[in-house]
Amino acid sequence: MEIVHVDTKLRREFGPPALFSDRIEELLLDLHPDPSLAAQFIQKTHRDQAVQACRQMSEHQINTERFQSNSCGLNHVEGGWPKDINPNEMEQTIRFRKKVEKDDGYINSILQLGSVMEHRIKQNNSIDIYQQYFDEEEEVEEIQEPPSAKTINVFRDPNELKRTITGLSWHPDGGRKLAAAYSCLEFQKTSRNTSLDSYIWDIENPNHPEVTLKPASLLVCLDYNPKDSHTLVGGCYNGQIAYWDTRKGSQPVEYSSMEHSHRDPVYKIIWLQSKTGTDAFSASTDGQILWWDVRKLSEPTERLVLDPSREGNLDRALGAISLEFEATMPTKFMVGTEQGLVVSCNRKAKTPAEKIVCTYDGHHGPIYALQRNPFFPKNFLTVGDWTARIWSEDIKESSIMWSKYQMSYLMDACWSPVRPSIFFTVKMDGMLDIWDILFKQSDPTLSLKVCDKPLYSLRVQDNGRLVACGSQSGEATLLEICSGLSTLQKNEKSLVAAMFERETKREKILEARQREIRLKERSRSEQSKDDETGREDDEEDSEQLIAKVESDFYSLVEAEFRRRQRREETPQEHNKEVKNGVETDETEDETGETRK
Amino acid sequence: MKVDVEGTLKRIESYKGVIGTIVVNAEGIPIRSTLDNSTTVQYAGLLRHLAAMARSSVRDIDPQNDLTVLRIHSKKYEIMVAPENNYLLIVIQNPCE
Repeated sequence: MEIVHVDTKLRREFGPPALFSDRIEELLLDLHPDPSLAAQFIQKTHRDQAVQACRQMSEHQINTERFQSNSCGLNHVEGGWPKDINPNEMEQTIRFRKKVEKDDGYINSILQLGSVMEHRIKQNNSIDIYQQYFDEEEEVEEIQEPPSAKTINVFRDPNELKRTITGLSWHPDGGRKLAAAYSCLEFQKTSRNTSLDSYIWDIENPNHPEVTLKPASLLVCLDYNPKDSHTLVGGCYNGQIAYWDTRKGSQPVEYSSMEHSHRDPVYKIIWLQSKTGTDAFSASTDGQILWWDVRKLSEPTERLVLDPSREGNLDRALGAISLEFEATMPTKFMVGTEQGLVVSCNRKAKTPAEKIVCTYDGHHGPIYALQRNPFFPKNFLTVGDWTARIWSEDIKESSIMWSKYQMSYLMDACWSPVRPSIFFTVKMDGMLDIWDILFKQSDPTLSLKVCDKPLYSLRVQDNGRLVACGSQSGEATLLEICSGLSTLQKNEKSLVAAMFERETKREKILEARQREIRLKERSRSEQSKDDETGREDDEEDSEQLIAKVESDFYSLVEAEFRRRQRREETPQEHNKEVKNGVETDETEDETGETRK
Repeated sequence: MKVDVEGTLKRIESYKGVIGTIVVNAEGIPIRSTLDNSTTVQYAGLLRHLAAMARSSVRDIDPQNDLTVLRIHSKKYEIMVAPENNYLLIVIQNPCE
């Protein structure tokens, strides 16, 4: 039942009905602002304040603790058997099985299942429902995605005092491990507390290096043996070579003797192709290239002094910074020097003088990287000062292709092992550039900022997809290149070959032209040498010419001067005339109207 | 009765293209198999769960429905799993083209 409140009032009690009528408006009150009152108030500065009716929130950032995980295998054992039966005992299992087979439920189920299954088996046998009806054309054209690369992992130097990663080497079998050499190349920047260790990282585990290598002095470079993936050889800051076997622990198995090693840091060491698989050679800025047999590191097997005058003089030797060795050409190798020259050498030459075959002069500064194109061994890439240059072995005067001067120093470069037209460079501003010479020659195809610190080293893995670069602060960044840049395109080899040929030809033509011009000049000067008077005439001619030119000049100047003077003398009259002319003109004008 | 069971199973095993047959009970113990022990155990263990999940999916969508056969067609062969109340029949067949 609803409760209702009712108010009743008789109509006549309301009073007389209201009669509304219009009236004109009249001002009742007009209050003016009183400025004198303003003196009692102080104007507050404007403030913008947002008002929102919500709860007060604040933002915090939390970093979770690193979760340590460990992988281990698990051994599975057959289970499901009832407790009293031992699965390993044949008799017990057979007895159990026989018992089950006698069970009624089993029999019924099998009969049912049997019919179901038979039907399907017969189906399968009659028609292949997965048959391909239309033989499609292979490989739909892939959509051209913009090139990209993403960072997969960053391996940081676990020590407090960070060192630069100056050398990187991928594990030869599949590249699951990366060896990094840590050192400090800045003069006298190493303190006593700097750790001497270098590490081998497993690319799946960036938290903890897999193997630690403990040399006696900082390692500047290292290399995995391509034949034996457990052994590494490394060059130290003090000039020694050290040989490790990862199965035997962190300490090197052997060191080269101090007297016979390099006298400067070993900048590059590479394994050689040999029957025993134990040969390596190293280069250093003391001007020597030394060959070693790792079984006996007490003395180098061979020595070469990089003297361009081929006299073996150590004082005049060029300091070597990079080495290049291609297994397909085991007798030749190339050295990049601090002075900007690339020296091509032949190991099998009879005399030391003949070992140095030729030099290529291209860079203004040390050549930090030198590598032959894996597909076209006649062409090699050098990187130094602010450019990257591609050379052809036949052209010694200049490189066939070069990049323009970059904003920062290029520190390392390498070709992609899968695509002949791609190479990678790293710079001092922390950028990794990927150049595709078939796509664009003037600029890199892809430029990535890897880190804020300068990048010192770079290595591509053999599958061409993973790139590791090492920075000054001891960080090794692992990047994955998109498939567009790491898969061989159609016709790529032939296009790149054509490009190299074209550039080589151009350089050859230029070289030939240069030679022609030089010959002409030489012949001209020779002619003048034969003719003595001719030479004097020439000299006189040149003197006379100068005198003539001088006199010509002075006479011209004098003539001009005289002309000006003449103008100044006559200009007074000239001006007067002009003025009169003007005045008369004016008077004419004034009186023009009257006259006219 | 037992002969029928034997006969049925033998018939299935002798069809063209059939590589192997396994009968598994509710606990996952292979009762009968034409393959070697380790393979049998592997198949039994893996397919039991898969068949159970498939069955529950079918019944989730329509409770009146039930799984009859689960066929896994792979590149090399086809695995057919037929569940019954307590038992599971697994047949691996290489479909002939």
